[in-house]
Amino acid sequence: MAKSLFDKIWDAHVVKTIPGGLDVFYIDKHLIHEVTSPQAFDELQARELPLFRKEQMVATADHNVPTKDQHLPISEPLSRMQVDKLTENCAKFGVELFGLGHKNQGIVHVIGPELGITQPGMTIVCGDSHTSTHGAFGAIAFGIGTSQVAQVMASQCLLLSRPKRMRIVVDGELKAGVTAKDLILYVISKLGTGGATGYFVEYAGSAVRSLSMEGRMTVCNMSIEMGARGGMIAPDDTTFNYLKGRQNAPHGEKWDQAVAYWKTLYSEDGAPFEAEYFFDASDIAPMITYGTNPGMGIAINSAIPVNVQSSEAVSFDKSLKYMGFAPGETLLGKEINYVFIGSCTNSRIEDLRIVAEYVRGKQKAQHVEAIIVPGSKHVELQAREEGIDIVLAEAGFELREPGCSACLAMNEDKIPAGAYCVSTSNRNFEGRQGPGSRTLLASPLVAAITAVEGKIVDITQYLS
Amino acid sequence: MEKFEVLRTAAVPLPIENIDTDQIIPARFLKATSREGFGENLFRDWRYDSNGNPIEDFALNDTRYNGKILVAGKNFGCGSSREHAAWAIYDAGFKVVISSFFADIFRGNALNNGLLPLQVSDEMLQRLFVQIEQDPQTELVVDLPKQEFYVPSWDESVSFEIDPYKKECLINGYDDIDFLVSQKEAIEAYETNRAWAF
Ligand code: SF4
Repeated sequence: MAKSLFDKIWDAHVVKTIPGGLDVFYIDKHLIHEVTSPQAFDELQARELPLFRKEQMVATADHNVPTKDQHLPISEPLSRMQVDKLTENCAKFGVELFGLGHKNQGIVHVIGPELGITQPGMTIVCGDSHTSTHGAFGAIAFGIGTSQVAQVMASQCLLLSRPKRMRIVVDGELKAGVTAKDLILYVISKLGTGGATGYFVEYAGSAVRSLSMEGRMTVCNMSIEMGARGGMIAPDDTTFNYLKGRQNAPHGEKWDQAVAYWKTLYSEDGAPFEAEYFFDASDIAPMITYGTNPGMGIAINSAIPVNVQSSEAVSFDKSLKYMGFAPGETLLGKEINYVFIGSCTNSRIEDLRIVAEYVRGKQKAQHVEAIIVPGSKHVELQAREEGIDIVLAEAGFELREPGCSACLAMNEDKIPAGAYCVSTSNRNFEGRQGPGSRTLLASPLVAAITAVEGKIVDITQYLS
Repeated sequence: MEKFEVLRTAAVPLPIENIDTDQIIPARFLKATSREGFGENLFRDWRYDSNGNPIEDFALNDTRYNGKILVAGKNFGCGSSREHAAWAIYDAGFKVVISSFFADIFRGNALNNGLLPLQVSDEMLQRLFVQIEQDPQTELVVDLPKQEFYVPSWDESVSFEIDPYKKECLINGYDDIDFLVSQKEAIEAYETNRAWAF
């Protein structure tokens, strides 16, 4: 029978199936960070279990770290304690750590790919829902809870039921000013926040194929925002070219063997999917969200919906009230206080280049605070080598040091209550960027233009 | 993990859809390195205003409601993978969450911590909200061994689904880690025999 990409990789990782149908599922790579790992290390110690395959683990400090003066000790005591705990645990158990100050440090989902740790055909987990990012390489990658982090530490396996398969096909060409971020915000607005719950999604179609690796990562990253377990894209030359020569990618003869295997990783004609959706790339406009979940997105120049299903009415009203918006109104002309460019969704070099290209020679609006947080030390360095730091500084943008930052506001980078922030991150939940903060999700291009104009504009008028 | 069999208790209603894990436990409270104490900050920003005063009409502060079951709107627990969400709910004294739909990771995290995610139909969920609103002391019964749920005053019971392995784990207080560690031989055999090793 014709097999899907997902099934090929899943089947290759089943150690055994137990009565009742759950699979003992093997994990190739386990990424950890400071927030969801301490309790797992404790559990291992409490049960006196050894770490089963430490060489398949990589750790980084990202969620809690300051984005200024990273060479100094972390001033916030609880954050410092969590980061110290990670350092201590990694030393004790022999796990490779890219901590603060390390040249490879960065957001866990940015560094995995850029170091070539993430490869096609792998299974990758991390105690973080946006692990789906790594699926862009044709891997099965998904977020897990801390109990599962401990399970992988103890056995390199998880006990899982096989999710259903969904394929989302986007064919055609994206219009000018429409990016990977708009593509995924559009798809989520169509399917809703729970639309893919229980499924593993494969993205296909010519519009998806035409995306760079950075763009593909942005798409797969947000799979979780429609409830999917993960998202993936079949590897192709774009994938291989990205990986070639990277630190942890195979080299020499091994590279050729790897590529030969990776080329077998695609969904065969007639492969089964329990759900399938088709979209036309030319229907997609630059997007923005107006509400408090990522499914509440609209084309930037259209109006907030008026009619919602009655069962959703309470949540919809609550959401709009929180945001200070009214049904049926447009966002155009709304003043913005903050612009945040960063997070594992959009903090890669391509994102920074898009921003720099637009703001070159321009100035951000006076009343806007514009913060750019690169996804990793390597991205930061690259930006400096390309002179992006100077372009940004001249335009009044602040380029910080890498971390999750205002994406979840666990560090000092918070948006004040009531303030509006156009953010390139992935979640606009109530208080996500700080208590009372109001988040509008958008692409780096929309964010850059908003920062310069100081308000939401129809960006299609601003493209040369 | 504590054992779970039959639970008879009143419930706290939260008729809001898409409750995400950032509401259940905001990120700024994730800095602890142990599993305890998260209950205090469960639904922090819905429960307290910015000065730390309880918001009276929020269900968890409403003295009419109590019990060990949380009844919440559709798509409960979406968002982040933070297991702290399940810990916070459990730590606050809940043993069951009833909703008409759960996000995947939350469901798994709950089960791994002795918290039962119990899925009912949309219609049943609405009936429950109405019932609890009318009589906040309404008792609900969750019988895990029988996979049954009922409101005694209704005279009917509803069966619910749960993976048979997970059910055993919950009833006996086992978790996956014990089982997986017992599979070491099979896992090592897999590692040596796989076609493509990374
Ligand atoms: S950048 Fe945001 S979404 Fe990504 S891993 Fe960090 S906190 Fe999570």
